[in-house]
Amino acid sequence: MEAAAGGGCGSGPPLLLSEGEQQCYSELFASCAAAGAAVGGPGSGPPEAARAVPSAATAAAGPVADLFRASQLPAETLHQITELCGAKRVGYFGPTQFYIALKLIAAAQSGLPVRIESIKCEVPLPRFLMSKTDAEIRFGNPTELHGTKVQIPYLITEKNTFKRMDDEDKQETQSPTMSPLASPPSSPPHYQRVPLSHAYGKLRSNTEQMHPAPYEARQPLVQPEGPSSGAPGTKPPRHQASLIRSFSVEREPQDNNSNYPDEPWRITEEQREYYVNQFRSLQPDPSSFISGSVAKNFFTKSKLSIPELSYIWELSDADCDGALTLPEFCAAFHLIVARKNGYPLPEGLPPTLQTEYLQAAFPKPKRECALFDSYSESMPANQQPRDLNRMEKLSVKDMADFPVPTQDVTSDDKQGLKSTADEALPRDVSEDPATSKDSNSLKARPRSRSYSSTSIEEAMKRGEDPPTPPPRPQKTHSRASSLDLNKVFQPSVPATKSGLLPPPPALPPRPCPSQISHLRVNSKRSAQRRPPTQLPNYGDFRLQKQSEQAPEAEIHPQLNRAPSQAAESSPAKKDIPYSQPPSKPIRRKFRPENPATENQDTSTAVGGPASAATVKPHAAVQKQSSKQKKAIQTAIRKNKEANAVLARLNSELQQQLKEVHQERIALENQLEQLRPVTVL
Amino acid sequence: MAVCVAVIAKENYPLYIRSAPTENELKFHYMVHTSLDVVDEKISAMGKALVDQRELYLGLLYPTEDYKVYGYVTNSKVKFVMVVDSSNTALRDNEIRSMFRKLHNSYTDVMCNPFYNPGDRIQSRAFDSMVTSMMIQVC
Repeated sequence: MEAAAGGGCGSGPPLLLSEGEQQCYSELFASCAAAGAAVGGPGSGPPEAARAVPSAATAAAGPVADLFRASQLPAETLHQITELCGAKRVGYFGPTQFYIALKLIAAAQSGLPVRIESIKCEVPLPRFLMSKTDAEIRFGNPTELHGTKVQIPYLITEKNTFKRMDDEDKQETQSPTMSPLASPPSSPPHYQRVPLSHAYGKLRSNTEQMHPAPYEARQPLVQPEGPSSGAPGTKPPRHQASLIRSFSVEREPQDNNSNYPDEPWRITEEQREYYVNQFRSLQPDPSSFISGSVAKNFFTKSKLSIPELSYIWELSDADCDGALTLPEFCAAFHLIVARKNGYPLPEGLPPTLQTEYLQAAFPKPKRECALFDSYSESMPANQQPRDLNRMEKLSVKDMADFPVPTQDVTSDDKQGLKSTADEALPRDVSEDPATSKDSNSLKARPRSRSYSSTSIEEAMKRGEDPPTPPPRPQKTHSRASSLDLNKVFQPSVPATKSGLLPPPPALPPRPCPSQISHLRVNSKRSAQRRPPTQLPNYGDFRLQKQSEQAPEAEIHPQLNRAPSQAAESSPAKKDIPYSQPPSKPIRRKFRPENPATENQDTSTAVGGPASAATVKPHAAVQKQSSKQKKAIQTAIRKNKEANAVLARLNSELQQQLKEVHQERIALENQLEQLRPVTVL
Repeated sequence: MAVCVAVIAKENYPLYIRSAPTENELKFHYMVHTSLDVVDEKISAMGKALVDQRELYLGLLYPTEDYKVYGYVTNSKVKFVMVVDSSNTALRDNEIRSMFRKLHNSYTDVMCNPFYNPGDRIQSRAFDSMVTSMMIQVC
């Protein structure tokens, strides 16, 4: 396939040309050389001035320039090519330079950088080059002008193609000015080289000048679908009109595809989905990029060799920043997929994988619907199932290989396999916005929840009044409860020896019995007559004694005498006011108690009416003491209760005392019994 | 225009060396190797000043009757050595500088590749192609 450089290349690198290329190039060269003799077609513009008398061994600058321009490359690229091929240096287009130039043009059109080394590179896809060279070949027949009848339809088709080319802005202005030579689309692209050369021969015979449009038009025709419809078209190549018609017909359905025939390097919708999902798994933000280390780890999973991965990275990282944007990532991924399926890696990034193309074709995953509908519709039916099946298989294999297949993608794959791309595309697209909407809604929901919760909380907070403070505990005397008088007189039965009972108010010392009797006498006396001022003392003493005696069980019978002292009630009452001045609080308690007890006793006893009787005569005093009565009565009740409690306590203590005495006696007896034994 | 291009690592082992196939490669390898001494000499001479002031382009290292050797050092002490044919008088200093700049840019691109481990031999095709373009300019 590769032959030595055709023609002397001079000191440059050996120009490796395939047989077909050699043929084409030589023919082109010859045509250019021949065309140099003839004038470039009218309206070719600058080349007219550049027409130079060609030498036998050189191609004329004019037709060469036309040829180069027909390659639809930007002017800068053409300048580069001319520089590189050495024509400028040499001053003319020798065979070497021409071949180099042609090869560079082919390389540039296939996306390779315009460098001399491209010459050495293997042609990535022979057919691609061939088609280009075919166009070149066509153009390389600048020898004769052609009828204007071809011109108009040619221009029309030309414009159609122009719209689809990427870098066409410059060419568009040029093309109308180009000589409207319609190249017979005699040989729509064939993958075999023989027909191409054959077509070329036909072209030559037609002596038609190349034109950019058919040159480009050939590009879409390179697509595999072409041959079927193109073949019949090529056979009668002489009829330009028919050719052009068929050519235009062929081209139109293919124009939407793109003019790049490199099918393996085109990313289908499913693959695109998969790549985008993988990108998102690595980097959630689709507009951001993946760092080199992350991508390295990811792509290493594909188990390709490091040099190959390194090369794929070189190809895909267009801006060489060490990071992959989404289009770059898709391109890299696609290259890996292709490599894993056996496709050799291209020399340069195929046009369909370039960032601009990918961005244009796939502006955003969610907006692909419109573009893809047009693309899918435009894709030729023949080609579509073949390529899609191939790429679907690729994608399925790839997804099987990669350890990170997503369920969504696999489901998409199955759907894609079953259906055509047209069906798959809208479905994918519908799924995509659906998922996006779901994600958005999911994202929105928690926000709403959070907002609502905060609002509710705020409302709650505002709605609630500050809770009323708990009711203040009533002031109760916790420590002083023992001193609570209420408890003192409560019938607290369980009284321990230690005296849980609140200790009764300090009792004045018990008077001696003589005093008691004396007091009784005094009390009697006082009852009969109003005691002098001493009475208060006596009264106090008496009252105290009486109170002391009251709780005592022995003095109970004396208490019974209280009613006998009913007469004393009045003096007792009188004693009260007298007794009250003594400020001793303890005594006060008893004072009202005593008279209260006396009053109670008197009231409970027969002395009730007696008291009443006694009360009546002392109306004036009674008014003052009426209030005192009530107080006294309540005090009497409480006193009685306390008396009862104390009486019980007393009885218990007495019994204990007796028991202790008995024990003592018993112990003494035992001791005496023991003593006579020891004591001798 | 270059007859031989070499990239030497900081530790003075070659990361990349390529010669025009027409010539005896061994000779060029030897020339590059010997020129490293000159490079180190120049670095040490200029190194006393601040690193920022040190220029990356070292200029003509030494001329022989047939060839001229030019040197260039990066901030990471990676050296580029270029051997050009003396017969090519059209080469000016600016051109050499531009060639070194291209080399440096390509080397940076190689570095950006996460699959490239610093210290490995450079096997980047883009780098190869760039060097080829420099070397083929001669023809």
